[in-house]
Amino acid sequence: MGKVTMTVNGRARSAEVEGRTLLSSFLRDGLELTGTHVGCDTSQCGACVVLVNGQAVKSCTAFAADLDGAEVTTVEGMANPDGSLGRIQQAFQDYHGLQCGYCTPGMVMSTAALLAENPKPTEEEVRHYLEGNICRCTGYQNIVRAVMAASGQDVGALAAE
Amino acid sequence: MYNFDFVKPSSIADAVAALAGEDAQPLSGGQTLIPSMKARLNAPGTLVSLTGIPELVGVCREGDMLVIGAATTHAQVARDAAADFPGLAALAGQIGDPAVRNRGTIGGSLANNDPSACYPAAALGTGATIVTDRREIGADDYFQGMFTTALEEGEIITAVRFPIPQASAYAKFVQPASRFALTAAFVARFESGVRVAITGASENGVFRWAEAEAALSSDFSADAIAGLACSPDEMIADLHGTAAYRAHLVGVMTRRAVAAAG
Repeated sequence: MGKVTMTVNGRARSAEVEGRTLLSSFLRDGLELTGTHVGCDTSQCGACVVLVNGQAVKSCTAFAADLDGAEVTTVEGMANPDGSLGRIQQAFQDYHGLQCGYCTPGMVMSTAALLAENPKPTEEEVRHYLEGNICRCTGYQNIVRAVMAASGQDVGALAAE
Repeated sequence: MYNFDFVKPSSIADAVAALAGEDAQPLSGGQTLIPSMKARLNAPGTLVSLTGIPELVGVCREGDMLVIGAATTHAQVARDAAADFPGLAALAGQIGDPAVRNRGTIGGSLANNDPSACYPAAALGTGATIVTDRREIGADDYFQGMFTTALEEGEIITAVRFPIPQASAYAKFVQPASRFALTAAFVARFESGVRVAITGASENGVFRWAEAEAALSSDFSADAIAGLACSPDEMIADLHGTAAYRAHLVGVMTRRAVAAAG
């Protein structure tokens, strides 16, 4: 056991971890930030994506001990300071970018990473970037619309499928 | 997964010393190792993280070579190699998905030598040099079969030195569930000749397609290898594709790579 400290959603947070403690377990069990979902636990589905030092990372496939000192943002950190939905979250609600909601935390965090490096992505770039995030409900169309809306682009221009 | 001791040295010497311990294994980005530990296919007593060693990270042009630190992520290679070696940057940008590329490293990929991984094709397809903590190994000697390399116990890759080709391209037929290559070809044209490396196809791991190299060295065009067929002997056969299908893909992907390299 050892103590790991990270800046999570702007606050310094610490928890005791084993070597094998995954970042997803550190967040969910150690810090009780259960917004990060664990879907497949085999790094296929992307539900557990969080930002580590600004980059999208699958939190089920990184050890907490390896990220001591890192700056982490989870879906809990995406809301506005007054607690209302942040821009990306609101777009997912407005454009029905979720049904069961299981994949949504990962979708929101991958979208945040995408828009940070590419503020006005094309539809093709959105689909390419979200390749590692699997949704079994929506067929992705409304997710892509939500991402385009979150980037301030005209959603009406997207081809209907 | 079974528990283990975790250490994160800050120098190559400390990492090598830690790896001399019993049941110690190196951990780079962990995008293959962590899933294999969850499946209990791998159970190290100690994991030695290589991601806290600054000299293992970076992309640096040295004359006609591009030198990449072993712990450099795929995302960084895709970004930082784009100007000097666009064929390699494009390959790195096709590995896995964005989140995997932000953690996975070139050294980890080459040390693992998955028969369907992307980087082995670039290393063998350029005749790169694998630099370790104790020696330098030419790519032709380094890859020794599926998940098998010339690395000794406790030896770690520190950098990879790629000769920069005049033209190159990687054509990958993606296996969409794993995002590894079902079959892919890396083609590189040098003044001295053309090299062609195939990944994802052979039970012996990455290999050079000598007949295509000979044909392309005298005429660098997709037409020059239009009639060339690769033998399905010792090709991988699984639910994703038969040996004959993979052998066919070798030709298709090589021609696509040549066309893309121009």
